[in-house]
Amino acid sequence: MSYQVNRKGYYGEFGGAFIPEMMHPNIEELQEKYMEIINSYNFRQDFVNLLKHYVGRPSPLYYAKRMSERYQSHIFLKREDLNHTGSHKINNTIGQILLAKALGKKRIIAETGAGQHGVATATVCALMGMECIVYMGALDVQRQAPNVKKMRMLGAQVISAESGNKTLKDATNEAMRDWINNPVDTHYIIGSVVGPHPYPDMVARFQSVISEEIRWQLDEQLGRELPTRVIACVGGGSNAAGSFYHFLDEESVELVGVEAAGKGVNSGESAATLFLGKPGVLHSSRSIVMQTDDGQIIEPYSISAGLDYPGIGPMHAHLFATHRAKYLWATDTEVLDAALELTQLEGIIPALESAHALAVLKKIDLKPDDVNVVNLSGRGDKDMETYLTYFGY
Amino acid sequence: MQNRINQLFQDKKENILSVYFTAGYPKLDDTVTIIENLVENGVDLIEIGMPFSDPVADGPVIQHSSLVALHNGMTIKKLFEQLKDIRDKVNIPLILMGYLNPVVQFGVENFCQKCAEVGIDGLILPDLPLNEYQEEYQPLFEKYNLHNILLITPQTSEMRLRQIDEASSGFIYMVSSSSTTGVKNNVSDFHQDYFERIRQMELKNPRLIGFGISNRETFENACKYAQGAIIGSAFVKALDGELTLEEKISNFVKSIVRTA
Ligand SMILES: Cc1ncc(COP(=O)(O)O)c(C=O)c1O
Repeated sequence: MSYQVNRKGYYGEFGGAFIPEMMHPNIEELQEKYMEIINSYNFRQDFVNLLKHYVGRPSPLYYAKRMSERYQSHIFLKREDLNHTGSHKINNTIGQILLAKALGKKRIIAETGAGQHGVATATVCALMGMECIVYMGALDVQRQAPNVKKMRMLGAQVISAESGNKTLKDATNEAMRDWINNPVDTHYIIGSVVGPHPYPDMVARFQSVISEEIRWQLDEQLGRELPTRVIACVGGGSNAAGSFYHFLDEESVELVGVEAAGKGVNSGESAATLFLGKPGVLHSSRSIVMQTDDGQIIEPYSISAGLDYPGIGPMHAHLFATHRAKYLWATDTEVLDAALELTQLEGIIPALESAHALAVLKKIDLKPDDVNVVNLSGRGDKDMETYLTYFGY
Repeated sequence: MQNRINQLFQDKKENILSVYFTAGYPKLDDTVTIIENLVENGVDLIEIGMPFSDPVADGPVIQHSSLVALHNGMTIKKLFEQLKDIRDKVNIPLILMGYLNPVVQFGVENFCQKCAEVGIDGLILPDLPLNEYQEEYQPLFEKYNLHNILLITPQTSEMRLRQIDEASSGFIYMVSSSSTTGVKNNVSDFHQDYFERIRQMELKNPRLIGFGISNRETFENACKYAQGAIIGSAFVKALDGELTLEEKISNFVKSIVRTA
């Protein structure tokens, strides 16, 4: 069984590039050139250098002693929250900005939910001196206000998307429309393993540094490269794809993705795509999509803006269909409790998204000898308002 | 029976006016009235939009009409019910236009069969690209005598233009400039050299120019370079306001074409 994308851009039955003709020249160019560019010596040099000296990689793999005691099982945290800009998103934006430069593009657009991808994009645009426009749902502009201010200070223009539920899906629609209207000089830095081929594969490769490091860091600390399981939250699925990547063919490693169940999987206010969705086409790829019987996309809900998305990357749809990975969910309240637990046991305030991965520790039958790696995809600074309101500090 | 699209291009070589509207807008049950009135006012071809929640190739006007139509309860199933007897009433070519996902959920073969039953002549699915069409859908479309209308833009390479021409059987939809629908063009903004370049390629299919055609001036200009033009957002916008549907449609079409 292969878990990699095939030559036509498919993971099993999922993937592809269902793009309007207006996007064809840009997507074709990417499809033809991305592998050559990212495998080139110059690109590798720049990418590795920037990840090390600018982002601060490798990110620590931290043995969480008090969490391990609480759960009676070994728990390691992969500290993507310590990256520059505060999440894993920067791994991908560094890769894509170098790619955009290699392609001779001048103008960068991006969508963002929590604002982490927007900030990471605005950051690399400042670094490279490129024009940056970030689309963000109007609701997210409100609930992630600190990130909006950061993006503006970094020189990006933040455009609020007013359609639909005014969240990540709508921001993505607007970014795609921008690209259709600016076909020549613009590169679209998609923030997750979604969108038309080659984006899912390309973004997964940029994020795969996470699992590459986990392997040698485990080896260094335990004398074994393989954990029992890897746990990561899933919005579009990029931090999970990066955490799973180098374990995909190691069938002994259990891969666990965690979706956002909002107010409960069946509450009608949820973003648990794999539990509620059906195969369909959204944002130019065939995957699992939350939709009505008539094929209209359902507006999702999650307390976490980064997971508030009705689709999921095609790679995850395939891992789900083939049972290679297991997908669980966590509700808003479970997530808030998990965030507080980590904060008070380890002194680490996680992003709401990342707290989804922590929340399922209670739902898995953990054995004392298990080695669990939880990907802590981001830090909680942007979510302080939500935490303070909920916990009443 | 010959497909009505081919018949149209055989009978009429210039100034073909094609009009797009969103089914279910302004009111759920306006579909047949709009079609009948467009035909009465001399429109040559009609594109019936199937609303989708996330129309990425559309600008604000069609986004809005799609949203209202969905609110009104429009579905593909409902549309086929509305079109059940349409061929007793009108004889010009009718095309369904929309996004892939609702069609896939309806079932592609089922959809094609229903199209044939009610008398649809062609389909425009902007997010169904050429390669996916050829690999998965072409035999079905052909079985039900449905032309797949493909788009080209100023950025489409010559090689791809030839492929699209080869794969097309009704007409080619020439997007005036790479944009979402409804972006305002002035006549002077048009890529005249692009229009001219395509005209000189002598493609085997006729062409209609669309996107940004909004008034008599832009329509007539487009008609210099192709067999006709397509109006979408400007017509949908014209459906707003106080007058009756009949009056609004008649006023709009008269504002575009000179009566002979
Ligand atoms: C900290 C953090 N984790 C996870 C996500 C979800 O994205 P993905 O599923 O692509 O990793 C986001 C998105 O904004 C995020 O900010």
